Amino acid sequence: MTDLADLTTPFSPTWCPGCGNLSLWTAFKNASVLENWNNSNTVLVAGIGCHGHILNFIKLTSFETLHGRPIPVATGIKIVNPKLNVFVFTGDGDCLGEGGNHFLHACRRNENLTIIIHNNGVYALTTGQTSPTSEKGYQSKSTPAGNTDTPLNPLALAITAGATFVAREYAGDVNNLAETIIKANNHKGIAVIETLQPCVTFNKKLTHTFFRDNCYRLGKDYNSADKIAAYNKSLEFGIKKIPLGVFYKV
Amino acid sequence: MQINISGKEVTGPSSKTDFLVALNQDTLDKHTNELTEKSGILFDVDEKIATADIPKNTKLFKIPLSNLAGEKNILSNTVALGALVAIFGGDFKILKELISKEYEKDETVKDNLKAAEVGYTYITENYPRQTTSLLKFVKSEPKLVLNGNEAVAKGAISARLKFAAIYPMSPISGILHFLTAHQKEHNYIYKQPEDEISAINMAIGASFAGARSMVATSGGGFCLMTEGYGLAGMTETPVVIINGMRGAPATGIPTWSEQSDLQFVLNAHQGDFPRIVLAAGDAQEAFELTRQAFNLADKYQTPVVVLIDKNICDNDQSFLPFENSPYTLDRGKFTTEKVGNYKRYGLSKDGISTRTVPGSGNFFIANSDEHNELGFSSEEIENRNNQMEKRMGKLSTCAKNDMPAPKLFGPTKADITIVSWGSNKGSIIQALKEFGNVNYLHITWMSPFPTEQVKKVLDGARYVVDIECNYSGQLANLIREKTGIEIKDKLLKYDGRPFFVEEIINKINCVLKDLKND
Repeated sequence: MTDLADLTTPFSPTWCPGCGNLSLWTAFKNASVLENWNNSNTVLVAGIGCHGHILNFIKLTSFETLHGRPIPVATGIKIVNPKLNVFVFTGDGDCLGEGGNHFLHACRRNENLTIIIHNNGVYALTTGQTSPTSEKGYQSKSTPAGNTDTPLNPLALAITAGATFVAREYAGDVNNLAETIIKANNHKGIAVIETLQPCVTFNKKLTHTFFRDNCYRLGKDYNSADKIAAYNKSLEFGIKKIPLGVFYKV
Repeated sequence: MQINISGKEVTGPSSKTDFLVALNQDTLDKHTNELTEKSGILFDVDEKIATADIPKNTKLFKIPLSNLAGEKNILSNTVALGALVAIFGGDFKILKELISKEYEKDETVKDNLKAAEVGYTYITENYPRQTTSLLKFVKSEPKLVLNGNEAVAKGAISARLKFAAIYPMSPISGILHFLTAHQKEHNYIYKQPEDEISAINMAIGASFAGARSMVATSGGGFCLMTEGYGLAGMTETPVVIINGMRGAPATGIPTWSEQSDLQFVLNAHQGDFPRIVLAAGDAQEAFELTRQAFNLADKYQTPVVVLIDKNICDNDQSFLPFENSPYTLDRGKFTTEKVGNYKRYGLSKDGISTRTVPGSGNFFIANSDEHNELGFSSEEIENRNNQMEKRMGKLSTCAKNDMPAPKLFGPTKADITIVSWGSNKGSIIQALKEFGNVNYLHITWMSPFPTEQVKKVLDGARYVVDIECNYSGQLANLIREKTGIEIKDKLLKYDGRPFFVEEIINKINCVLKDLKND
């Protein structure tokens, strides 16, 4: 069985204290222990961005691709070795900016991959420019007068493009995130998880407090098999109105 | 379309047309300059084709092609084919068999057979004394008729291809068409990607997971692949890249040929990494080099590019069978077993470390960041120098162990030495037959480059001519870079058309004349 110590590498995380990646890292390692993911059955693939550093901190065989390209690399791996659990770590810029086309087509291709989108609404590794998910008006180094573009909604995109498992979690909720990652891996077909996470350095609005105050979990009465309902639910985002959990699964 | 028929081997196209089939005025106008006093023309009298400008003694075969084809005007070409067989004294039974085979699964088979017969009969009835008996059946060894695209696909299958991701593009779509048709039989996967960026990244992922992988594209698609090219170099992931060259830049002249991607693939992607670049001169070389490319990619754990020009991709040629020549699969330093103290990028004298696959139990990171021996990101000075020198060392190992000397056709001592590459090979070799004092240095390895051998031949040459289908003389530039030798006389062509044998002969005659006058 995989022990937490087996996953330890000689390197400690370089993320800022309070970064959402730290708890996501914890959640993934916990899931690995629970599911016995190891170097005989699992491979990790990441793009470039703060998220990509995760590969140096988990002792599981992995591929750090170019910016925007983890999805096609992971697709190639999965096609030739379907026995492997294949996880893609990608950021909002990596997945929806540079790699947007790959994301769309991966959804309709429905290969058995799990894609975890580390969404902090900012380009953090390049020190704070607006990202495809930054809200309108967001002031950053690249948009000092405020972002003029409408943010992309990764869940709505995934649902319309044909993904068969679509979920959202808050990175700070380690247990629920770990549970959803396991569900996503067990799902037959493409699984997309958006993780909401703060960038404590470059995004002063999407903080841990903001997410804790405004997120709620989808209830037991929510029907995740209804595509239209899932799409409508994916559009909900606001004060006290950020749904978490599995939006869509067929 | 030009068809060359001969009892002797034909390796290059001719600028002359012995017989022209003109279905319309446009065809006649475009090809009038190729006609000679001995040429013949078959044309559609219903099309009211004006023949005032053609050479005087040209034999004219006026046929109501569209009328004979009846309501199915689309079959005019089959009527013409039947007529041609009659004109050249061929056996109509053989044509019937060929049509039946070609259209065996098609409902038009009956109509096509009828159309051919109508054309054949029309000639025998209306031009009985103007036919020849050129098309005699000759018994010979069975031959292979194939084009470069099929040769590449067959080469890849023979090298135990396991994964291909190819975005359709002229002139290499034929590779994917051939591959898709034979997947089950030979146990490999073709996946159509959303773009060429995805194609090369999928192939890299598949290769990382242990499968022999390839992509194929043309220059424009390779533009998108350049970042993946370097990713394969940095992560030391084998991948075979076929680049079918067409007229460039941008969309260029997409259905015509050019040899202008050489310097591009030699230098594509930022920075230094071991790029292995080979170039095929005909379909047979395309087959052999593709097979070899898979072994080289595995042995040196780096991308290998095979350049073929459009003239090779789509041109059918007959060859003696070559697909059964022996092939030894060489996966290089590779293990799927769990290894103690495994280091994916362990330092070694030849630059090559042992590769493994995910799922083997061995931990490693294939890392686009500079990395240490295990694959962890590292920016330390000593490690950076070691890893860079390890990667680049593979090129010299490859040159030492695998690179053959370039082939010299013709006499060792000659008045003129031609240097060229790619599909020009066929026209040059055919032109050489007209002379006893001209030889030809055919280059197929572009990186690593056979510097010493090329230098030796060129240093000893009396007069050197570089022949290429591009504007800037890209091979001549490479030769100058590697050997310091500048080839001043260049015969360059960039109109998309191949070098015709006559053009090479003219060039040789001009040079010989100048040499004589010197």
